[in-house]
Amino acid sequence: MSLVIGETRAIWALVRRNFHLLRRYLGWELVFWFYNVINALTIGLIGYSMPPGAARNHMVVYLAIGALLWNFLSILFQEVSNSVQWERWEGTIEYSFMAPIRRLTYLGGVCAWAVLYGLVRTLVVLVGVAIFFHVSLQGADLAGAGLVLLVSSVPFIGLGLMAAVLPLLSTERGAQATQVIQGVLLLVSGVYYPISALPHWIRWAAVLSPATYTLKAVRAAVLSGAPIHSLLGVSGGLLASGVVLIPLGLGIFMLAERHAMRTGSLKRNG
Amino acid sequence: MIQQPFDIAIPPGVPALRVQGVRKAFRERETGEREWRRVEAVSNISIELPRREILGILGPNGSGKSTLIRMMATLLVPDEGRVEVFGYDVTQHRLKVRRLINRVSVEASFFKKLTAEENLAYATGLYGVPNRDAQRRAREILDRLGLPAKKLKVPLEQLSRGQQQKVAIARALLTSPTLMLLDEPTTGLDPKSRREVQQFILEVRETHDATIVISTHDMDEAERLCDRVAIINRGRFEALGRTEDLKAQHGPSLEAVFFTLIGESMEEGALSEE
Repeated sequence: MSLVIGETRAIWALVRRNFHLLRRYLGWELVFWFYNVINALTIGLIGYSMPPGAARNHMVVYLAIGALLWNFLSILFQEVSNSVQWERWEGTIEYSFMAPIRRLTYLGGVCAWAVLYGLVRTLVVLVGVAIFFHVSLQGADLAGAGLVLLVSSVPFIGLGLMAAVLPLLSTERGAQATQVIQGVLLLVSGVYYPISALPHWIRWAAVLSPATYTLKAVRAAVLSGAPIHSLLGVSGGLLASGVVLIPLGLGIFMLAERHAMRTGSLKRNG
Repeated sequence: MIQQPFDIAIPPGVPALRVQGVRKAFRERETGEREWRRVEAVSNISIELPRREILGILGPNGSGKSTLIRMMATLLVPDEGRVEVFGYDVTQHRLKVRRLINRVSVEASFFKKLTAEENLAYATGLYGVPNRDAQRRAREILDRLGLPAKKLKVPLEQLSRGQQQKVAIARALLTSPTLMLLDEPTTGLDPKSRREVQQFILEVRETHDATIVISTHDMDEAERLCDRVAIINRGRFEALGRTEDLKAQHGPSLEAVFFTLIGESMEEGALSEE
């Protein structure tokens, strides 16, 4: 029992630390949030190039879903992978890694914050989009869309854990590499266009991205009102991929940590 | 003393720290060079520390002090040999060892935008210490170290190096470590702060029943605090013993002992320090 209390306090300590950091960088946070809202609006406005009517409404919602989902998933991915980057930057990583908690607990705290923060920030963008476009969501299965969104966090956390390994191995190059991974996911997952728009030679990559299935399922729920039971298969698939990706990400992270402790790449002088 | 949510059984009769034949080497490459070279940072070091002892590690820059302390702190895996803390191997029982130790490094590493209070809440939270207890105890420790309570509300980046180092010492003590690893804890402190920290280290040994390993460049500090002193050079212990015994063997002062053992005259040492 005391072990559970200790590990829970550690998770809470990580969430609270990130909240304090958010407050300290509030100016930048407001700029990022504002940019996110504007970005979603500009993408949605592309739909206004179509003649007024149902097709335009469909296109605006299609694009807005892409912007909102990408906002959430990219925050999740960035927060998890950047947590190590930030600790290396501040020089606190040795202290965090020297704490008597399981690595799973440390990463659990990082992921808990990422999900909370991602949801709140995406909600703000959603409010901005809803106020700006006045689009009709009649017949949309919002509960089903919410279920898919929640379930898709799991594989994305797994991907984030794998990406977090890169700044662990190399501070600057690692951060650059995580941006590249995020860019590839954006390209191949059908965020703003159907997968069929991709050149043939790259379409196989879409199959590997969990975001592809998330976007497809959420669009089916919101645009076509697909009932929740018809989304269970996709949700199960996303959950299953998370069940594979999270332990895999954790395993890779622990291997990389072990490597850093052998080579002294966490930090060394004297 | 703050009670942690977990207690580790310390087997009776085992030393606080046992280092046996430890080696650690790194691969290094100069800028512009293509070839990697192997640099032995710690070379076949052995030592045993009974409980409540304060061991000083003296050595020039780059002599292996920090590498040795990092291995004791579970942050580096030795290439050869064993390090045990209260009988627990640092590579096999990492979590148990981590519950028994804490470390203060020469650079007080913090989230610079966060206040001391927020940094301490994070650090102690990772050790499962309730925040209210930690903050109360932090005030006591920092008051004892001469840091006003109002400084706890100030972002770390606005504190002086000495003040940051005092917060770092408080951070380490708040987790009630049984073995404290202090890597040049007083470097950069003014003489008054240095005195306060030194006095506090002696008090910690008495009140917390702690064993302490301290690396330092300050000979007076080593003489004042340490029961035994190890002089390390190029990754090897050149000497290990009580300061009186070392002085009897190698020179009239600890400084003279140091320069004799690392193969430099006092004058060369003064020049290289410049």
